[in-house]
Amino acid sequence: MTSMCGAPEQTPTIPAGIDIEKETVIYGVVSQGDAPVPGAYVRLLDQGGEFTAEVVTSATGDFRFFAAPGTWTLSVLHKDGKVRQEITAEKPGLLRVPLKLT
Amino acid sequence: MSRADVLVSADWAEENLNTPGVVLVEVDEDTSAYDGGHIAGAVKLDWKTDLQDQVRRDFVNKEQFEALLSQKGIGNDDTVVLYGGNNNWFAAYAYWYFKLYGHDKVKLLDGGRKKWELDGRELSKDTVTRDKTSYTAKDQDVSIRAFRDEVVAAIGKQNLVDVRSPDEFSGKLLAPAHLPQEQSQRGGHIPTALNVPWSKAANEDGTFKSDEALAKLYAEAGLDGEKETIAYSRIGERSSHTWFALHELLGYPKVKNYDGSWTEYGSLVGVPIEKDV
Repeated sequence: MTSMCGAPEQTPTIPAGIDIEKETVIYGVVSQGDAPVPGAYVRLLDQGGEFTAEVVTSATGDFRFFAAPGTWTLSVLHKDGKVRQEITAEKPGLLRVPLKLT
Repeated sequence: MSRADVLVSADWAEENLNTPGVVLVEVDEDTSAYDGGHIAGAVKLDWKTDLQDQVRRDFVNKEQFEALLSQKGIGNDDTVVLYGGNNNWFAAYAYWYFKLYGHDKVKLLDGGRKKWELDGRELSKDTVTRDKTSYTAKDQDVSIRAFRDEVVAAIGKQNLVDVRSPDEFSGKLLAPAHLPQEQSQRGGHIPTALNVPWSKAANEDGTFKSDEALAKLYAEAGLDGEKETIAYSRIGERSSHTWFALHELLGYPKVKNYDGSWTEYGSLVGVPIEKDV
C-alpha cells in the first residue's frame, strides 16, 4: 500500500468483531478529478465476470467488500461516469483499490 | 398477468408522484438511504424491523401487518409501487410479502433506486406523512411460500433454484461480499439445485431483462416448466427477485420463495449438502 502526496493512509471502517486477519477486505475511494464521489454504484465481479456484490459509496466516496483471495473485477457506475478495474487479492488482509471515474 | 401489470418504469413513477391512490414505498436494507433522499412522497419500510417479528424468527403476523400498513397510511385499494436499493432485492422481497398477505395492487419500480439515481432524477428529504387507514390483510397465501420440509422433499423432484453468486453456491463464500463472512452455518448448496444467480435476470442498471431473455435464461439453466419451483438465496431477498421474474414476469404457475433460505438450511442438522470447494 502506498500513500499519495504525503496524505495519511486511509483504512476502512470495519464492524466490531471482525477478524481482519481472516477476512479479505477490498476497499477504497471512488473519485473524479480530486473529489471523492458519493453515491456511486460499485460492483464486485468474480473471475468469471459474475456479479458477487454491490455497494454504494459513502459520503466520503468509500466502498468496502469482504471477499476471498482470488482475481476480481470492480465495476463502477455513476450518472457522471464509470470505471472498471481488475484486481488480485493474494491472501487475506486489506487490499486498497483507488478508482477514478472517467 | 403481463409485465405492465407488475412493473412500472421510472418515467411512469415520475408522472404519477401525485396521483391519488398511488403510494410509493421505499424498502431498504440500509434505511439511512431513505433519510438521505427518497422519491418525493414515498414512505419507508424497514425490511427487518417492520416486516420481521422482533421475537420469533418469522414474519410479522396478519394483525401486525395490518397495523403497520394502517400506520403508514396505505389503504386496501391503493396501488403500492415498491422500490429500493440493492437492485430492488428488498423491494422484491416486500412485493412478495405484500402478495403473501393478499395485497393485489402492488408493482415494482423497474431498476429501483439505482436506475432512478443513474438517470439523475430528483430525490427529496421532505418528511412524508399520510393519513392513517384501517388496513385489512388476508391470511398468508402459502402457495408462494416454501418451508424447510418442503424444500428437503423437493430434492431431486422439483426445481430448486439457488440464486446466490457462484462463490456462495460452491461454498467459497457464506454471504454476499459486501457483508462479513463469519457465520456459524455450513457453506454449500442444496443437492440438485440449479445455480442461476439473480443478477443474470437483471441489467447492470438494475432493470429486469426482457421476457424473452429471461425465458431463455431459465430454459438453458435446465428449469423444467412442468414442475414446481422453489427459489432460495441466503435470507430470501434475492430469491424474491427471482420469484418475481419466474412467477410475475414469466407467469410460471407454481413458484415458491423459501424465505428461510441458506441461513436456515445451512444450519439444519442432518440435511444433505453439496459443497464444491
